[in-house]
Amino acid sequence: MTQLLEVRRLRKIYEGHGRIVEAIGDLSFACAPGELVCIVGPSGAGKTTLLKCVAGLIAPTAGEVVLGGARVAGPPPGMAVVFQEYGRSLFPWLTVWRNVALPLEHHGVPRGELRRLVDDALAEVGLADVHTAYPWQLSGGMQQRVAIARAIAYQPKILLMDEPFAAVDAQTRADLEDLTLRVWRRHGITLLFVTHDIDEAVYMGQRVLILSASPTRVIEDLAIDLAAERDQLATRSSPRFAELRSRVYEHIQRAKRAGAGEVRP
Amino acid sequence: MTRALRSLARALGLPAVLFAVWWLVSAGSKSFYLPPLRAILDAFGPTWSSRWASDVLPSIGRLLIGYAGAVIAGVALGVPLGGRPRLRAALEPALELFRAIPPPALVPVFMLLFGIGTPMKLLVIVSGAVWPVLLNTIEGVRAVDEVLSDTCQSYGITGLTRLRVLVLRGASPQIVTGMRQALSIAIILMVISEMFASSSGLGYAIVDFQRAFSIPQMWSGILLLGALGVVLSLGFGVFEARALRWYHGQRSAHREDG
Amino acid sequence: MTRVRHAGRRRAGRSTPSLPRIGLGVLGIAGVAAVFELIPRAGLVSPRFLPPTSAMLEALGREAATAAFWRALLDTARGWALGLAIAVAAGAVAGVVIGSRRGLRAATASTIEFLRPIPSVALIPVAMLLYGAQLRSTLLLVVYASFWPVLLQVIDGVADVDPVARDTALSYRLSRWVTIRHLILPTALPYLMTGVRLSAAVALILAITAELVIGAPGLGHEIEVARVSSAVPLLYALIFVVGLLGVAVNVGFRALERRVLAWHPSVRREAAA
Repeated sequence: MTQLLEVRRLRKIYEGHGRIVEAIGDLSFACAPGELVCIVGPSGAGKTTLLKCVAGLIAPTAGEVVLGGARVAGPPPGMAVVFQEYGRSLFPWLTVWRNVALPLEHHGVPRGELRRLVDDALAEVGLADVHTAYPWQLSGGMQQRVAIARAIAYQPKILLMDEPFAAVDAQTRADLEDLTLRVWRRHGITLLFVTHDIDEAVYMGQRVLILSASPTRVIEDLAIDLAAERDQLATRSSPRFAELRSRVYEHIQRAKRAGAGEVRP
Repeated sequence: MTRALRSLARALGLPAVLFAVWWLVSAGSKSFYLPPLRAILDAFGPTWSSRWASDVLPSIGRLLIGYAGAVIAGVALGVPLGGRPRLRAALEPALELFRAIPPPALVPVFMLLFGIGTPMKLLVIVSGAVWPVLLNTIEGVRAVDEVLSDTCQSYGITGLTRLRVLVLRGASPQIVTGMRQALSIAIILMVISEMFASSSGLGYAIVDFQRAFSIPQMWSGILLLGALGVVLSLGFGVFEARALRWYHGQRSAHREDG
Repeated sequence: MTRVRHAGRRRAGRSTPSLPRIGLGVLGIAGVAAVFELIPRAGLVSPRFLPPTSAMLEALGREAATAAFWRALLDTARGWALGLAIAVAAGAVAGVVIGSRRGLRAATASTIEFLRPIPSVALIPVAMLLYGAQLRSTLLLVVYASFWPVLLQVIDGVADVDPVARDTALSYRLSRWVTIRHLILPTALPYLMTGVRLSAAVALILAITAELVIGAPGLGHEIEVARVSSAVPLLYALIFVVGLLGVAVNVGFRALERRVLAWHPSVRREAAA
C-alpha cells in the first residue's frame, strides 16, 4: 500500500540573534491513506513546527515532505489545516457561510456545487442555522466547528489539525473530538492530529507518534489497538486504554527528562 | 420615545444655548469686525444664492476629487510598502521628512510647478491628505493577523483574492482612521489653496469679502465653511459605521468577554 | 558552546535587524536626493522650477549665514511654542473639568463634535482683520487648532479613571487636590502625552500657515517672500528647513511620550484626531 504522506529525515534549524535552535532533529514517519495519526510530545517539542513543515508553510532545513508522491514545496493542493486559534483563523468580516465558502469561491467551484458543499458541511457540524452569523457572535466551540466545516467543504485528501481543541473547555472538547471522528470516518480522509493531551491522542488515534524534546525525533510509533468505534465513556474507562495511556505518558516523561539537560556542543 | 427625545435635547441643548447667547451678546454690537449674529444670518441668503453654483459647488467638487485621489494613492502605495519591510526601511526616513513638511508650505512650490488652476489645487489637497492614509494603510497591512495569513496560504488563496479579502479588509479599520484624518486635512488644504492665488471658490470668496471689508458676508462664509466641515464629518461617521460594522461588533463582543 | 533552546512558533521570515535598517534608510535618503538632483539636470522639469538638490543645499548654506533666517526661525519657534503651551494648558484644564463629570461630558459632546470639524483656516480672515501680520494672528490659529486634540484626549483620559478607585477616594474623603494629583493625573497622563504629541504637529502646521497666508513673522513668511521674488532654490531650501523642523517635532515628542510613559503599564492607542 503506497503511503499518502511521507516525512523523510526532516530537520529544521532556526537561526537568529546569535542563537541556533534545532527545533526538529531527524524526523521520519509515514501515513497511509485514510489513517488517523495523532502526534504528541512534551511542550516545545516542535510539534507546531512539524505541522507547518508538512503543511508547506515553512521550508525545512533538510529532509523532505512528500504528499501523494509529490514533494511539498509550499502549501499543496488537497490539504486543509485547522489551527488552534480559531478566533484568528476565521475572517471576522465574513459570515459563517462565506467563511466556509471562500476557498471554494477562490478556486472557481461552480455556484451550484459550491452551495451544496457548503450547506452539507455546515449541516454536518451542526451549524446550519447560524450561517448568517459572524464568527465573533459564536462561542469558541462553534467557531472551531466553522473551521472544521471549511476544511470539510474543501474536500481535502489530508487534514492537519494543530492542537485544535486546546483552547476550549473540556465538555466542548469531548463533543469536538467525537465530531472529528465522525467526519474522518464519513469522508475517509487522512487525518494528522497534533495534540499535547495524551488522553485525546490515545482516544482518537489509530497510531500515536510520540516525539522527543528538541531536537525532535520520533521516539515511538505506537499502534492503538482499541475498538474502532470510540466512545467517550466506554473507551476511556477500558483497561487497554489505561495501559496505552500509561505507555505514552512514560515515554513523554522520559523524553522531558532527557531534553532538560541537553547541551549542544 | 422619551429616551430619543431626551438624547436629542441633550445633543441640541448646549449648542442652542450658545447660539442664543451669541445672538443676544452681539445684538447691540457696534463693532465693525464682530457684527450682530442677526446681520450675519441676514447676509446668508443674498450672498450665497448667487455664489452657490459658481463658488461653493466647485470647491466641494475639488475637495471630493482631491480627497478620493489621496485615498486611492495612499492605499495603493501603502499596501506594497506594508508588505515589504526592507523597502519600508529604505523609504522610512525620506517619508518621515516629506510627511513632516506642513502641506501649506508646499503651496508656493505647486504654484510654481503647476500654475494656479484646478490641477494645482487638486495636487495640494492630495499632497497633504495622502499622508494619514498612507501611514495608516502601512500600519494596517503590517498588522494583518498571522494565523489568518497562514490559513489563506494553506487553502491556496493568493493574488487578487488574498489582497481583497485578507489584506484590504483586514487593514480597513486602520485605513478608515487614516481616511478620517485625511478628510480634515483635505478641507483645510482646499481652503488654503483657494485663499492663495485663485479667482473662484469658497476660500477665495471669504478672503475676497475680508479684503473688501464686507464683514457680515465674510462671517457668513466662515459659518458656511464650518457647516461644511460638520456635514462632511457626520457623513463620514455614517460611512464608518457601515463599513466597519463587523469591526465594532467584534470589539464589543470581546469587551463583553474581557 | 551554544545552548539548545525550545523552538517557539516562528515564521520563515524574520524582521530586519537594526544595523542594515539604518543602512537602508541612509540609502533611501541618498536615493531621493539623487533623484531630485537628476530630474532638473536631465531637463525633465526646468531647473527654474525645480532646482537640483545641490543648488538647494547651496542656497540653504547661504541663507543659514544670514541673521534674518535665524530671526525667522526663532519667530516660528516662538509662535509654535507659545501657542502650543496655551492650547495644552487650556485643553488639559477644560478636559479635566469636563471629563470628571458624566453630566458635563454628555452635555458638551455635541458641541465639541460640532466645533471640532470647523477648519482652523476659517479663522484666517478673522485673524487678518483683528491682528494683521503679527504674532497674535499666529497664536489665534495655533491655539484654536491645537486645543482640540488635547481636550479630547484628556477627556478620554479622565473618563478612564477606575470607578472603584474613585469611589475609594471619595469614601476616604480625600481632598479634591489630592484626588486630582494621585488619581486623575496619573491615569490621564498617557492620554495627555498623546494629545500633546498630536497638537505639537498641528501647531507647527498652523504656525507656518499663519505666516504664509497672513504674513506674520516667521519661516512661512520667508517662504512667501522667496516665492514672490522668484528666489526658487531658496524657496525649496526653506521648505526643507520647515520639513526638518517638523521631523524634529515628531521625533522629539514621540521620544518624550515614550520617556514619560516608560513606567506606565498600559499603552494607549490614539483616537482618530
